[in-house]
Order: sequence, then structure tokens, then C-alpha cells
Amino acid sequence: MKVKQISVFLENKSGRLAQVTKILGDNRINIRALAIADTADYGILRLIVNDPAKAVAVLRAEGLTVRETEVIAVEVPDQPGGLAAVLQELDAKGINIEYMYAFVGKTAANAIVIFRVEETDRAVALLENSRVKLLPESELYHY
Amino acid sequence: MWSPEYEGMAAERRRELQFKRLKATVERVYNRVAFYRKKMEQAGITPADLRSLDDLKYLPFTTKEDLRLNYPFGLFAAELDEVVRIHASSGTTGKMTVVGYTKNDLGVWSEVMARSITSAGGGRHDRIQIAYGYGLFTGGLGAHYGAELVGAMVVPTSGGNTKRQLQVMRDFGVTILACTPSYALYMAETAREEGLDLHALPLRVGIFGAEPWSEQMRQRIEAELGIKAYDIYGLSEIIGPGVAIECAEQNGLHIMEDHFLPEVIDPATGRPLADGEKGELVFTTLTKEAFPLIRYRTRDLSILYAEACACGRTTKRMHRILGRTDDMLIIRGVNVFPSQIESVLLENGDATPHYQLVVDRKGNLDDLEVRVEVSEEMFASEIRKLEALEANIKRKIESALGINVRVKLVEPKSIPRSEGKAVRVVDRRNLYNG
Repeated sequence: MKVKQISVFLENKSGRLAQVTKILGDNRINIRALAIADTADYGILRLIVNDPAKAVAVLRAEGLTVRETEVIAVEVPDQPGGLAAVLQELDAKGINIEYMYAFVGKTAANAIVIFRVEETDRAVALLENSRVKLLPESELYHY
Repeated sequence: MWSPEYEGMAAERRRELQFKRLKATVERVYNRVAFYRKKMEQAGITPADLRSLDDLKYLPFTTKEDLRLNYPFGLFAAELDEVVRIHASSGTTGKMTVVGYTKNDLGVWSEVMARSITSAGGGRHDRIQIAYGYGLFTGGLGAHYGAELVGAMVVPTSGGNTKRQLQVMRDFGVTILACTPSYALYMAETAREEGLDLHALPLRVGIFGAEPWSEQMRQRIEAELGIKAYDIYGLSEIIGPGVAIECAEQNGLHIMEDHFLPEVIDPATGRPLADGEKGELVFTTLTKEAFPLIRYRTRDLSILYAEACACGRTTKRMHRILGRTDDMLIIRGVNVFPSQIESVLLENGDATPHYQLVVDRKGNLDDLEVRVEVSEEMFASEIRKLEALEANIKRKIESALGINVRVKLVEPKSIPRSEGKAVRVVDRRNLYNG
């Protein structure tokens, strides 16, 4: 139940983000979630889209450095303590988080949290039969 | 003059001396160095064919590539037991350019450096602070032995630790400073910050070299340090500092012609050019034993002048360096070739490294930024990994070059390419103007 995130390398220059999102829009790719990590010189744009393979292809065609990154998507009850419970579970199983970001889906009853963890396959195996609900690709991309 | 007999020698007598020494040098390398013998045989020439100084032009050139191919001691023309010193400078790729000296060679070097210090107005009453690096680099030790021969008080501070340099300069009553011109300006700036008035010190002369500088920069240095600034030229292949230096006229650098025979050639065709014409400087050493060089192409652009100089020296003068025929950069006195950085990136697993060197002068110090395009193989979605990649590239480049650099990861295709070829170097220092 790994899912795919698109990671894009961007220099800190004005208009870069607008350019990337326009490429995606022109190719009818819908952005489901996004997060940016940045340093003084560059940033990494992390995207969940409805069609990762196509997104990679069109961004690469425009000369961007882009990569598919394996992440896991967790459905979290949109209520106080929802995320804390999930994080406790991950910690208890010894799963180290590289980074994470969250978004709220269309139903608004639950939030989706994207985790990049150190060992994705191991994390998926550990979480498969736990209280943590992993979202499959089919659901995530159209959530 | 330190050696009036040689520095003020009548031109015709000097040519006789040069020819005698040239013949001896050519015989030496022909008999002792397989590389030279082979090259001369290929050119169909033997030492006996040299009948006058004008026949120099029939001898084959020697290039930096030849030095690389004969790394480390292949071009030495003395028994290694006779070699008492080694120096080295950056090569175009991983290998350094290695040079050796016999006792006599060190004597010649001290002699030409003593002449240089004298030409800059220095003498035994002076206190010379040598802030060139000591080590494999020829700057520090070269200036050091010359200054000792002159009988000056040598203050061998080597490079770095600017505040201590200034303290030494003030407390020891230094009168002559020897370092790179950019470091001189950096010292002036640090002195200002420290509230030290350099004009109030006994410092009166600067002997600056190991990197190109402009006339405007000289004026700035002279004003800021309250000294007279002299341009000294040298390269480790020929001997190190002391190949040529300005006199009080500051109108070209007098070449130590009885030891180093200069030519200027058209870099494209190799054809010798007349005095007054701009081209690539070529030197033949006339007295060296361990590492003689025949028609060594320096890649430095200059002009030779044969007119008499008011100082009384009769030697030819060379114009301050006007540029390079290759892409070598001199950063804080250290030779840097873009190809060295390319090698590092290739070693790092970057299959098609796209990079650019941006050189600037920040606060009077050279600053080298290495921009590296991030390929998909290098890229990761974690900042931590990209920072580690950056740090790794930085460490490897610094270890290959021996100087600090800043590494900046940039997007692919962001480094401008002209006709498909990347522009490897952007030098904003404006070194050769004026």
C-alpha cells in the first residue's frame, strides 16, 4: 500500500512554482496535496497528484528534475488527538519519519497524512494489520 | 641592482651568454631525458644543430600536458639524489605538476628572488613579511630564501590568520609585505576593522604576485596600504616567483633573462612574434639542472619590450599578464582548472556533470561558487540528503583544489550553454583590465 509522491527540485526563483503548477494544469493533472521544503538556495516541491506517471513525464519533458518518491498515506480522523494516535503507533513500531504533511479530503470527516519514512516496505508491513488505516493509490489519487 | 653584471649586461653580451647556456641546457635534456630526446628526434633536430639563439624556434614546445604525462619525475634531468627540493602546483586533472631543484637550482632561485627584492627597493635593512603560503606552493619558500640572501629580516608568517599577520606587521616593524595582491587588500580591510592605521606603520613596499591584477588594483593597494606595490611574476614550472619583477619605473616586469629565455608566440600557430606583439609567453630555462624546460608554454598572455629602461637594467620587460589562453583560474593564489572540478563530479557518480564556476571578489577575497545541476540520479526528496550531497561535493572539491568553495545545487539546464557547450566559468573579478 505504498503510494507515489512526485518530488521536484526547484531553485528559489520567482515564478518557478507558478510554472510547475501551470504545466500540470495544462496537462489536466489535478494536484491533491502539496508541500514544500526549502533551504536558502533551493526547495523541494512534493506533490500528490491524480496521475503520477503522467505528471513525471510532462515535468521531465519540460526539463525539470523530478522523481517519483514512495510514501504512505494514512487516513486520520479529523478530530483532536487523531494525528497523535497515529504518530504514537508509528513510534511504537519503530518507524522513523523523514517528513510528513497533511490535507483534508472532500468528505472532511477524515484528514489524509502523507508520511515519507525511512524504510517504506517495512513500515507498510508493520502497519498493514494495525489500527492505522493506509490508503491505497486508487483511493488516494481521487480522494 | 643586486647583480649589476647580469642585470645591466650589454644586450649583445647577454645574447652570447644565453646561447651558451641554451646549448648546455639542450644538451643536458637531450642526453638525460628520454622525453626530450624523442621529441627532438621527431623534429629532426640535435643539439649540434643549434648555431645561434635564433635557432631556438626550431625546438619543440613543452606543454603542461607533457608534464602531466611524465608525472612525477619523468622530466627530471638530474639524478634524484641530487634533488634537494620538490614543489608542486595544480594540474589540469587529478595530477599535480611536480618540479624539482638541485642545490644549484635553489641558488639560482635565491639569486633571482634577491634581485627581485632589490628591484622593489628592498635591502638588508628591511623586514620582510612573507604571507605567501609555505609548502608545496613555491610562493612562500621562494620569497623566503631570496629575502635571506639579501640579508633582510625574514618574517615567515605564511598565509592565513589575518589578525595575527597585522599584529606581527605592527609589532615587528615590517617594511615589506610579500603576498597575493588580493590578500594585501584583504589585510587592509581587516586593519580598518581593527582600527589599525597602516599608513602609520613603517611598511613601505609590497611585492605582490601569484595572481593577475590590474593597474586600478595597484592604485587601490598603494592608497590603502600607503606603500609602493610591485608586480612579481613566476610559475613553479620555470622556478617559482622571481622570473620577472617590476622596477621603480613600474613599467613592465624585467625578466631575469640570463636564467630564463623569453619568447612570445601566436598561441594558435606557435609562430614566434616580434617584441611589442601580444601573444603567449614561452620560457626556456637556461641554468636549471633538475627541471629544465625547453620552450614551455605558460598559457599566459603578455607582450615583450626590448627598449631600454630608465632604471638601468638592460633586460627585456614583459607586460603585466593580460589573460590566459586556457580556462585556468587563479583563486587566492591557487591555480584552478575547471577540469579538476569535472573529475570530482564524475568520481561522485554524476554521469554528465553540468557545472559552472562563478568567481567573484567579496570583501577583497576571491570567492568560488561551484554551481552543480541536480540530475535525477542525485536528487532525493529529503533536504537532509541533498544537504549531504552538497557537503560531500564540497569536501571532495576542496580536497582536490586545496581551497574553500561554496557549492550550490541548481536546476538542470539553468547553466547557460552556448552552442551546446556549457559556459564553465564566470569570472566577475575584472582582473585583466587596466
